[in-house]
Amino acid sequence: MKKPFLLIAMLIASIVGLTACQNVSKQGESITIVGSSALQPLVEAAGEQYSNNHLGKFVNVQGGGSGTGLSQIQEGAVAIGNSDVYAEEKSGIKAKELVDHRVAVVGITPVLNKKIGVRNLTMAQLKAIFTGEVTNWRELGGPDLPIVIINRAQGSGSRLTFEKWVLKGAQAKQAQEQESTGMVRQIVATTPGAISYMAFSYVDKTVASVKVNGVKPTDQNVTTNRWPIWSYEHMYTKGQPKGLTKQFLAYVYSSAVQDKVLPKLGYIPVAKMQVTRSLDGHVRAITP
Amino acid sequence: MNVKRQDKLATIILYVIAGAIILVLVALLAFILIQGLPHVSWHFLTAPARAFEAGGGIGIQLFNSFYLLVLAMLISVPLSLGAGIYLSEYAKKNWLTGLIRTSIEILSSLPSVVVGLFGFLIFVIQFNFGFSILSGALVLTVFNLPLLTRNVEESLASISHAQREAGLALGLSRWETVLKIIVPEALPGIVTGMILGAGRVFGEAAALIYTAGQSAPALDFTNWNPFYIASPLNPMRPAETLAVHIWKINSEGIMPDAVAVSAGASAVLIVAVLIFNLVARWLGQRLFKKMTSS
Amino acid sequence: MDPIRQRLLKKSRQAKLEKRGRLIGLLCISLIVLVVVAIFYFVASRGLATFYHDKVNLWDFLTKQVWNPGTKDSHGVPAVGALPMIVGSFLVTIFAALVATPFAIGAAIFMTEISPRRGMRILKPVTELLVGIPSVVYGFIGLTVVVPVIRRLFGGTGFGILAGTCVLFVMILPTVTSMSVDALKAVPRYYRDASAALGATRWQTIYKVVLRAAMPGLLTAIVFGMARAFGEALAVQMVIGNAALMPHNLVSPAATLTSVLTLGIGNTIMGSLENNALWSLALILLLMSLVFNLVIRWIGRKGAVKS
Repeated sequence: MKKPFLLIAMLIASIVGLTACQNVSKQGESITIVGSSALQPLVEAAGEQYSNNHLGKFVNVQGGGSGTGLSQIQEGAVAIGNSDVYAEEKSGIKAKELVDHRVAVVGITPVLNKKIGVRNLTMAQLKAIFTGEVTNWRELGGPDLPIVIINRAQGSGSRLTFEKWVLKGAQAKQAQEQESTGMVRQIVATTPGAISYMAFSYVDKTVASVKVNGVKPTDQNVTTNRWPIWSYEHMYTKGQPKGLTKQFLAYVYSSAVQDKVLPKLGYIPVAKMQVTRSLDGHVRAITP
Repeated sequence: MNVKRQDKLATIILYVIAGAIILVLVALLAFILIQGLPHVSWHFLTAPARAFEAGGGIGIQLFNSFYLLVLAMLISVPLSLGAGIYLSEYAKKNWLTGLIRTSIEILSSLPSVVVGLFGFLIFVIQFNFGFSILSGALVLTVFNLPLLTRNVEESLASISHAQREAGLALGLSRWETVLKIIVPEALPGIVTGMILGAGRVFGEAAALIYTAGQSAPALDFTNWNPFYIASPLNPMRPAETLAVHIWKINSEGIMPDAVAVSAGASAVLIVAVLIFNLVARWLGQRLFKKMTSS
Repeated sequence: MDPIRQRLLKKSRQAKLEKRGRLIGLLCISLIVLVVVAIFYFVASRGLATFYHDKVNLWDFLTKQVWNPGTKDSHGVPAVGALPMIVGSFLVTIFAALVATPFAIGAAIFMTEISPRRGMRILKPVTELLVGIPSVVYGFIGLTVVVPVIRRLFGGTGFGILAGTCVLFVMILPTVTSMSVDALKAVPRYYRDASAALGATRWQTIYKVVLRAAMPGLLTAIVFGMARAFGEALAVQMVIGNAALMPHNLVSPAATLTSVLTLGIGNTIMGSLENNALWSLALILLLMSLVFNLVIRWIGRKGAVKS
């Protein structure tokens, strides 16, 4: 007579689960945000602070990738969908139904294995490397070492941004792909001749960043668009935000997040930008 | 003497193989423990994680892992017991049973990310459980059922037929025979399977990323009312487990001590699995003694 | 009515219990079948959409070598050729199983026939412990230890089929070993006694009797190992290099079905071609493991000792 008991226990457990589900809405408000894993730490940190300041309001932040974020916000299954790319850039998304909130800017830089020693590349050279025209560092003034390209996963935000501004429509060479920045950094650091690209905030002592066309990858150069490889970080809502979603977005735009949290995580506040760039790449200076 | 020499040789080879395996395993364990244990401290075990500063711990993740494990096993053990008993004792030997067996085996070879996405679309979105321990436990159940069911069936099948006949001869029903005689006899095998299953649950990351979530909100360890949102027992809160945490800090972690946290968390995970193994084995043995009165 | 007659006519407590127990078992199994069917339907409906909805030729999908779902080739057909991943998956799985099988069965024989006490005390707990190590940790050990070693020994980047095989070998070893032990233990004692009574040495007994008798169980253990190797994503993804190229040697970057699937799934939009193509990969994964299962089942039936 053990089994029926267990079954009953299961039933009770599931009922408890369901009632708990309803109780949550009574005991406090909560919203769910999913999407881009690059944006996750920022939104998570903001959400934590927000919950601490506003008792009974919970912001539940999950990763899953930009594609998941956009899919789910389109379905209306979540309150906010995070994305590294414009919704228009993804096939299968009705971008008109979504409202874009650009909360931060992130710069992306090529990174090299330290032993290569190349400090400066032109945009044309960079393009030649990633399309496979150049296959040895010797041709670029480095040691006699084959070039090992580490790409990001197809469709990932960093890769889309990089290919948009470096390859400008040319087809990238099939090469190794890695999903996460941490992995890319580790592989570039340990593989002779490796080259990849990542957000500024992830660059550390184990890898070498390079100047492109003589411009250094710094936040300052991104704000003036002298460093062209950057992108906005988007938080999408379906229709205009309401209620807690609206309050939370306002909080993300407030100086408590923009000036205090963003720089710590290596993002550039949107307000610091001296230019804006539209979806089709049109750059316009902001006149104060 | 050829045969004898062959026997000697084979024995030596087997010893070498066993030795090699132990060597590989010990090297692995030593690698993980030596890298990780120096970072483990009481603070590390109890403090909440930090997103982008050094000095974070794994307290909440550790608790989540255990809670999720308990919930998942609570659901999957009775289910797999029932299914295993049915397959080994009641199912007729025909094409339908064969089909069921095959499909269960195929289920076990699905990549966990597919199971995870299935769980995401069904439990998280469709059933509206949200990113929660409950969704995670259900997905782990799906993930674990094939292995457990197969294990139960096999353990039961290995019990000698005489035991069943003895039970039936005493006038017990088949169900009672299975429950009172066969299952206790097969318990050590079943427990081993459960431990293996639990180990997989503990180490699983891919299936949980989309279901139990990758955030660990602060918990209020003074409030054990399961309906309170920050209560540790609330099954509807998102819960990042230790394995997911390791995956997360290795992939997108930007805290300065990510490597140390990851190594420490891995070591803790292994020690936890070890403790869990020992306890489960001890419990299994006690249960075995009690139920078979041997 | 006399009470005895009544009691005989009514169903006994046992019969009721029996019925109830049977029902519970049936319920459990139906639930599992339901889940299996749901997942099959779920994967198939999305996986087949590539062919019905996006009009990709099935043969092209299986034999073309260019995987770049975002772009179209000169005929306007999306570039979804899954051959490199199919080959990659098969290679790592088969190699891992080939390497792991002798070790696992050797260890299992050691534990059951040669030195049960020591084997059970040391070998078994350690193998079981290994199951609990998350695949991420395996992946990282592979990345920090195995890949550099391969790079030093064979040149290249170190990423590739060989690295994937090494990691998978260790990962499936515990599963195969512990299931082999169960299979060997299930061989009745008197088989061994009979063989010994005929004057066979221990090795002869093991080789000619025990292994033969346990063959179906051992094969199942291997399938399970292969299934795990097949479905493993995170660890393989870290060491195989994830380049959707045909592997021309064991140390060039390659990709498996799972690694491409895991890598891309979060970055694609539900219902788009890119997403459907990934589900098609999952479908192939399902079908391939079905084939594996059927083949092994067949071998098991052929190789079993007639009893």
